[in-house]
Amino acid sequence: MKEEDHLEEKNPMEDLLRMDRIPHIWCPGCGIGTVVTSFAEALRKSKIDLDKTAIVSGIGCTGRVAGYVKLDSFHTTHGRAIPFATGLKLANPELKVIVFSGDGDIAGIGGNHFIHAARRNMDMIVICVNNFNYAMTGGQVAATTPTTANASTAPYGNYEYSFSLPYLAEASGATYVARWTALHLRRVAKSMQEALGKRGFSFIEVITPCVTLYARRNRLGDGLNLMKYYYEKSEIQHGADTRTVDISYQGKLIVGKFVDKEKPTFLDCMNEHLGKVLGDKYKSYGVSHE
Amino acid sequence: MKKVKADPKGVLTGAHYLDGDYALAEGALAAGCRFFAGYPITPSTETAERFSERIPSVGGVFIQMEDEIASIAALIGAVWGGKKAMTVTSGPGFSLMMENIGLACMMETPLVIANVQRGGPSTGLPTLTGQQDMMQVKWGSHGDYEIIALCPDSPQECFDLCIDAFNLSEIYRVPTFIMADECVGHMHEKVVIPPAEEIELVERKWFKGPKDKYLPYKPDKDMIPFMVKAGDGHRFHTTGLTHDERGYPALNAEFQEVCVRHLVEKIRMNADKIIKLEEDEIDNAEIIVISYGITSRVTTRAVQQARKAGIKVGTIRLITVWPFPEKRIKELAKKIKAFVVPEINYGQIVREVERCVEGQAPVIHIPHCGGWVHDPDEIFKAIKEASK
Ligand SMILES: Cc1ncc(C[n+]2csc(CCOP(=O)(O)OP(=O)(O)O)c2C)c(N)n1
Ligand code: SF4
Ligand SMILES: [Mg+2]
Repeated sequence: MKEEDHLEEKNPMEDLLRMDRIPHIWCPGCGIGTVVTSFAEALRKSKIDLDKTAIVSGIGCTGRVAGYVKLDSFHTTHGRAIPFATGLKLANPELKVIVFSGDGDIAGIGGNHFIHAARRNMDMIVICVNNFNYAMTGGQVAATTPTTANASTAPYGNYEYSFSLPYLAEASGATYVARWTALHLRRVAKSMQEALGKRGFSFIEVITPCVTLYARRNRLGDGLNLMKYYYEKSEIQHGADTRTVDISYQGKLIVGKFVDKEKPTFLDCMNEHLGKVLGDKYKSYGVSHE
Repeated sequence: MKKVKADPKGVLTGAHYLDGDYALAEGALAAGCRFFAGYPITPSTETAERFSERIPSVGGVFIQMEDEIASIAALIGAVWGGKKAMTVTSGPGFSLMMENIGLACMMETPLVIANVQRGGPSTGLPTLTGQQDMMQVKWGSHGDYEIIALCPDSPQECFDLCIDAFNLSEIYRVPTFIMADECVGHMHEKVVIPPAEEIELVERKWFKGPKDKYLPYKPDKDMIPFMVKAGDGHRFHTTGLTHDERGYPALNAEFQEVCVRHLVEKIRMNADKIIKLEEDEIDNAEIIVISYGITSRVTTRAVQQARKAGIKVGTIRLITVWPFPEKRIKELAKKIKAFVVPEINYGQIVREVERCVEGQAPVIHIPHCGGWVHDPDEIFKAIKEASK
């Protein structure tokens, strides 16, 4: 990427954060907080009704996000934020539901839920902070760790293939797919804002520095060095074929908005189909009949 | 506790010929359950099938999830979204649910899970009966917590106890279990569903105060905190971590004490109000047979035989298995000659009986490894032996 995005310095989002829970637990230089800042900006700009907006996290450093955001917020179990959010959304369809969690949570232990929610086009936004490792537990190898990168349970380097999350999301049925890095905060916020304005399954991956574990173990320097890597190696390719966006160790990072399309959601399909088959006996669910 | 009448939309009033699984679905609909997430597993699948067929005309959601972990997670989400919610499963699926049952306990989420038990361990006997998950339901998730578990012995009771289960779960904000078994689940019998106005339901304990004053884990006078649903402007937080009244993580021994003690005590201190037993001819009994679920029906035959033979035998049927009726068993242990405990496992609830009896009377266990029910004769012989 060649144009400079600015990090928002001040925190204009006090009403969107649980100030009574600050200071947060994240390490100095961790990228998670900056993604939360983008999220808060997106919430503010999108002007959606925040009383009707809920956030669900799983477990991990990123999983703590739900605890800091001043919305109806749920800190659930490792990997299960998406099915939890599915129940929440279906029980109260007027909610805008956001899942905010880590790569291990969403693509490792929760991978099955991820592909099924995308397949159903469940109306939710999944924001995945991809720091290439299981940070909370001390930097173990993940389904997203680039091949050859070092992790505490891959002490000789990772010899597995890693997931390309945008490809997985699109193949599974997501109707909005974007990837950015923690350097592209404005674009992250913009993508989030676009997703907030859409219906259907939206997926936003944010490559984010874990300075304490991933960076240190791989001798990649501090937060600034990682930002430099993102700056030098990221390349914006909107609409890129998601089959081509896989990530290699310290290699090129293809970012951008890859997918943005419309498709009936789970509830649209349910209502339309049951209405067709059952006729007048069926009253559409989750839409007002007044 | 606010009581309301059932919504007639969900109540299929009349006399029906139903199996236990179908009766569970009808009980749930009558109790106001409008969200069901599940994954097929014999011998419980018919409940999901029935619910999926009925819910479009009642108004609500059925969703077949990708597995049982997703099902229970979706249930918890749905309850915080404002619905009453249920799932059904059997052994393997029940095992998968364990971690999130703990989450439901920790978040004090009212919901109902039915386990139509089959023979285990592992895939075991998919189509044949068992009562082998009776300890798992109490202890299966890690950590200390209490739940409520009920045991139906007929399709009628599948219906009735399903309503009780929803009510209890709302009163105590606790996951409540219906521990049925394959025999009861697949047995067809008459099930009478009363008119809606005769079905009393407990309304969720909704918080009515100022929106920014809501504390999801502040116990009320009756120990039970108030509930809200997402989307009503409270901007509340809840977590599976040990937490304070605000629902914020509080990761130390002091809050562990407050938080976990509350989860345990809200059930233990209310045990007398929760426990339902069916007792027969206890007053003059020398022998008492304690049983539950399908095994109670087999016991009835054995007891008739024993009484004909002149043995003074009484019975206790555990409608509530958890919390365990320890007070009652302790009291009776002083008076009688022996307890006989038949169950379709290799020794589960009998351990609870032994614990309560404290060596004051012999406790004779009649195990059965599953696949079928006891031969009544076996129970009769044990009663006879005990009476000598
Ligand atoms: C069922 C279960 N297994 C394991 C854990 C331990 N655990 C906590 S966080 C975590 C990994 C989190 O990784 P990720 O989702 O990538 O989040 P990050 O910490 O990197 O933000 C694991 C394995 C757990 N909490 N629950
Ligand atoms: S361990 Fe890594 S991901 Fe976790 S807070 Fe620290 S820098 Fe962030
Ligand atoms: Mg991670």
